[in-house]
Amino acid sequence: MAGTNMKDIRLRIKSVESTMQITKAMELVASSKLRKARERLDRARPFFDLVYETMTGISASNKEFGSVFIRERPVKKALYVVIAGDRGLAGGYNANVLKHAAAVMEGQEAIVAPLGKKSVDYFTRHGYEILEAPEQTVEAISLDDCFLFAEMLCKGFRNGDFDEVYFVYSGFKTMLSQEPAARKVLPLSFEKPETGKAINYTVYDPSSEEVFDLVAPQYLAGLLYGAICESFASEQGARRTAMESATDNAQEMIGNLNLMYNRARQSAITQEITEIVSGANALS
Amino acid sequence: MATPFPLKIVTPHGLAFDGEVTILVVRTTEGYAGIMKGHTNYMAAIDVGKLTVSLPDKEKRIGAVSGGFVSVVDGKAVVSAITFEWAEEIDVERAKAAKDKAESLLAIKESENDEKVARAKLRRALNRIDIGSVGR
Repeated sequence: MAGTNMKDIRLRIKSVESTMQITKAMELVASSKLRKARERLDRARPFFDLVYETMTGISASNKEFGSVFIRERPVKKALYVVIAGDRGLAGGYNANVLKHAAAVMEGQEAIVAPLGKKSVDYFTRHGYEILEAPEQTVEAISLDDCFLFAEMLCKGFRNGDFDEVYFVYSGFKTMLSQEPAARKVLPLSFEKPETGKAINYTVYDPSSEEVFDLVAPQYLAGLLYGAICESFASEQGARRTAMESATDNAQEMIGNLNLMYNRARQSAITQEITEIVSGANALS
Repeated sequence: MATPFPLKIVTPHGLAFDGEVTILVVRTTEGYAGIMKGHTNYMAAIDVGKLTVSLPDKEKRIGAVSGGFVSVVDGKAVVSAITFEWAEEIDVERAKAAKDKAESLLAIKESENDEKVARAKLRRALNRIDIGSVGR
């Protein structure tokens, strides 16, 4: 009787141990992916900072400037690019960003461009109107895909398919906390630099409007790439934290099970001794 | 002898070049633009094409560039390109593979959008093949 109990506990310990190995490995994988995502973001940043500077410069130097990408217009339809993860087991990461997106879109006529398998699944299941991105797996999205997708967004915006574009993503605050955020990206808006700095004798070839319109999709691609990298980093951060606590829990469970196992073993031995002693007593 | 000026080539994958050059020639959407020291503040969008720089020791370097823009601000030139590769870094075999792929995509012609994308890819691949095989 006590023997089977001991066997059960031993099996249990084994299974918890193997689960712990998996969560431990996932934690390590997440940490290294997180590091890579941040490096990628750091490498790309100077380029996109430059693009931003240029665009601000153009919009500041030209007073009667009227690019399609800047003009506000009545909003009939809005496009939401919702970035979530490809896989689960990342704590509340996917649920948080998807819930946030659904809340922001509520009561609006919206099209969704989901990025990340979880996001695609969610919005297809809930019957949203979907715009398909060239690449929907977050981990596989390259810079080229971002440029392609940004081109697509700009074209759709210019054609009037939608009047506003938002990115819904997870902002990476610290290793431990991620916060879902929605950001309006089209029409573009720029901070007005203080007057005096605006004097600018730059020659634009062929014209500032045309340069601006050519650069705008690239700027958008930069924002998109940034949002994707940040979301990816957040996902890995969330997964790392979730897996860390899972590993801790497993450790605690193994501790408790070991205690139980030892108790069962002890009582089995005690029982055996009692049986032998009473048997010997009965004989004499 | 031309005086050198600072040039930076920035791409989303990192800094590709940072140093002094005497002449920069790059293909903008309006045609080739040559920039030397003392150029006025300038800004233009870059097309798919060739970028040539002359280094102070008279050596010439050629690269394949696509997208982005070139600017001159207070005598400092900056090329921010979506893609940039020096001729000697171009993997011609890979570019040829990309060209074949783009051509087969063009042959199917699924939608207008796909066609445009494939055409742009083909142009970039051809540009890289050109520069990669001549520039060495």
